[in-house]
Amino acid sequence: MPTLTLHDAVGAALAEEMRRDGSVLVFGEGVATKRHDLLTEFGALRVRNTPLAEGIIAGTAVGAAGTGLRPVIDLLFAPFLCYAMDELVNSAGKLRYLSGGQFSFPLVTLAMTGAGWGVGAQHNHNLEAWFVHSPGLKVVMPSNPADAKGLLKAAIRDDNPVLFFLDIGLLYQPGEVPEQEAVVPLGQAAVAREGRDVTLVSYGKTVQHCLQAADSLAAAGIAAEVIDLRSLKPLDTGIVLASVTRTGRLLVVHEANRLCGVGAETAAVVAEEAFAALKAPIVRLGGPDAPVAASFPLEQAFVPRPEAIVSAAERLCRHHSA
Amino acid sequence: MNATPSNPRLLEQMLLVRAYEEAIVAGSAAGQVPGTCTSVGQEAAAVGVVNALSADDLILTNHRSAGHLLARGADPGRLLAEVMGRRDGYCGGRSGSLHISVKELGVVLTSTIVGAELSLATGVALSRTMLGQPGIVACFFGDGAACEGSFHESLNLAALWKLPVLYVCENNHWQAFVHRREAIGHEHVADWAAGYRIVARTVDGNDVDAVLAAASEAAARVRESGQPFLLETYTYRTRGHFEPDDQGYVDAAELAAWRARDPIARYRERLLDAGMLTAAEADELAARVTSRIAAARAFADASPYPSAADLASGVYA
Ligand SMILES: Cc1ncc(C[n+]2csc(CCOP(=O)(O)OP(=O)(O)O)c2C)c(N)n1
Ligand SMILES: [Mg+2]
Repeated sequence: MPTLTLHDAVGAALAEEMRRDGSVLVFGEGVATKRHDLLTEFGALRVRNTPLAEGIIAGTAVGAAGTGLRPVIDLLFAPFLCYAMDELVNSAGKLRYLSGGQFSFPLVTLAMTGAGWGVGAQHNHNLEAWFVHSPGLKVVMPSNPADAKGLLKAAIRDDNPVLFFLDIGLLYQPGEVPEQEAVVPLGQAAVAREGRDVTLVSYGKTVQHCLQAADSLAAAGIAAEVIDLRSLKPLDTGIVLASVTRTGRLLVVHEANRLCGVGAETAAVVAEEAFAALKAPIVRLGGPDAPVAASFPLEQAFVPRPEAIVSAAERLCRHHSA
Repeated sequence: MNATPSNPRLLEQMLLVRAYEEAIVAGSAAGQVPGTCTSVGQEAAAVGVVNALSADDLILTNHRSAGHLLARGADPGRLLAEVMGRRDGYCGGRSGSLHISVKELGVVLTSTIVGAELSLATGVALSRTMLGQPGIVACFFGDGAACEGSFHESLNLAALWKLPVLYVCENNHWQAFVHRREAIGHEHVADWAAGYRIVARTVDGNDVDAVLAAASEAAARVRESGQPFLLETYTYRTRGHFEPDDQGYVDAAELAAWRARDPIARYRERLLDAGMLTAAEADELAARVTSRIAAARAFADASPYPSAADLASGVYA
């Protein structure tokens, strides 16, 4: 299997989908400059640089999506989405419903976030849960290049607006990506590792932290199951419930602020629907209610580390044996 | 469409808009119909521009949309049903008055977020040009919307990407409860266009012939050049922002001066003077419109509410 970085996997998905469907176009601040190969292959009408104006980039994409095109926009860093909230939340997310189904908005918004570059809170803010909370939008955050490619292909083909978050810390990590067409459906989580004692649910870079923790836990005789959510909306609650029903223990891990995060939602669903299976209280590990600092150790400390996951999982398993 | 000056059809359309909104005002006062943002006093601005468009053109509008929709041929019964949240409304009752789209008539992506129509219009025009579809995009917005960043971002991008957008600013002097004088340092929104190298023109928005002529010329320019144009219809909102509204904050002399320029009375007079219409024919037009609106109200009253079971359906495609 060829090896690609997540950044290049995104480029490969864009190229394949643009080749497949002439209504797909991509624009944003510097897209035509940075993805020069796309510009060369598809030309300046379908690969466009834009003014520095996230609101009109998003609004133009929503208007185009509502009338026949399938735009992909790159809004760079997730905090810049704040300038595009009206267009994404009030227009893309609501105008289908409010119009009684007269329009659909096949549109993908790319945004980078997460620890890794020491860029501070105005470039790094895992705000994906905001969009989960907004009706009409789908939300995706892959943990590896193969999923990034497959999910982006699915997102471009989807008739709904999709927020596609790229974890900065993973962007230039290589990974194997299948050569053949491999669309990863939205709304399907993946079991990244099987285990019977405790379920670790995560997405983005903390999936790797969970996998590392699972290695350590295995050495201590604890078999951890790791679930990579991949899509945050639709959320694959089925896979989570099935796992927790077997393990009886749930630890949810993400880099985003714990408050009202995806972990909170996952925990609530399990408490509502699999309470009887629980052998211990649900635990969430997530970032604090604080902006991210630029300083490297502070930035890294924001993210749940494998050691913290190990000790939380061990506590969960002891709870049962106690 | 036909751009012959002094046309009784334009009078009938303006009368229809007025009667439709008066029915809403009366229904709202009686507690039977939700209040809306009426466009009383602005009928010529809406009717004149919409009549300058062709069937291929798309329209984006906002919260004050009755004139645009009715002039485009929307059925007053289905509009009223929508305002009243009924199943036979154009949006199945989900929009209410504030975001009515009628795709089959080319009225698309209506948003009540002030300024959103401006951010969407560029994309609608982009899809027209990229998909090789005929027609231009007419984007209606208020003087208040022109204060949003989206106005400026939209004009910049439309000029840069050469998008066929006819920007139509309905400068009605009010931005809800704020006079435009308190919000913009100059009188005309059209003045802003020059900074983006967009050709602009201001027209008397209370003269339907003048609006139709200016809009026809503007639309032709957009069609031929593929470039944006800004037309400002200078008019006045002679009722409140949203029913009910006692307009206690409005300067009485200013209001009286604009009411004296009422676009419908003025046009009726002109048609009579020109011998295009007799007083009896004018009364007949008015009577026809009145009975259409009565039928529309009866249709809306008879339409059932949507089922609560469908509350969360149709969110996703
Ligand atoms: C973003 C936003 N801010 C405020 C409002 C509330 N609001 C609705 S209409 C309106 C006035 C808009 O003025 P203008 O653009 O001149 O249009 P007009 O109502 O005069 O037709 C306001 C403030 C809104 N709907 N959206
Ligand atoms: Mg106004």
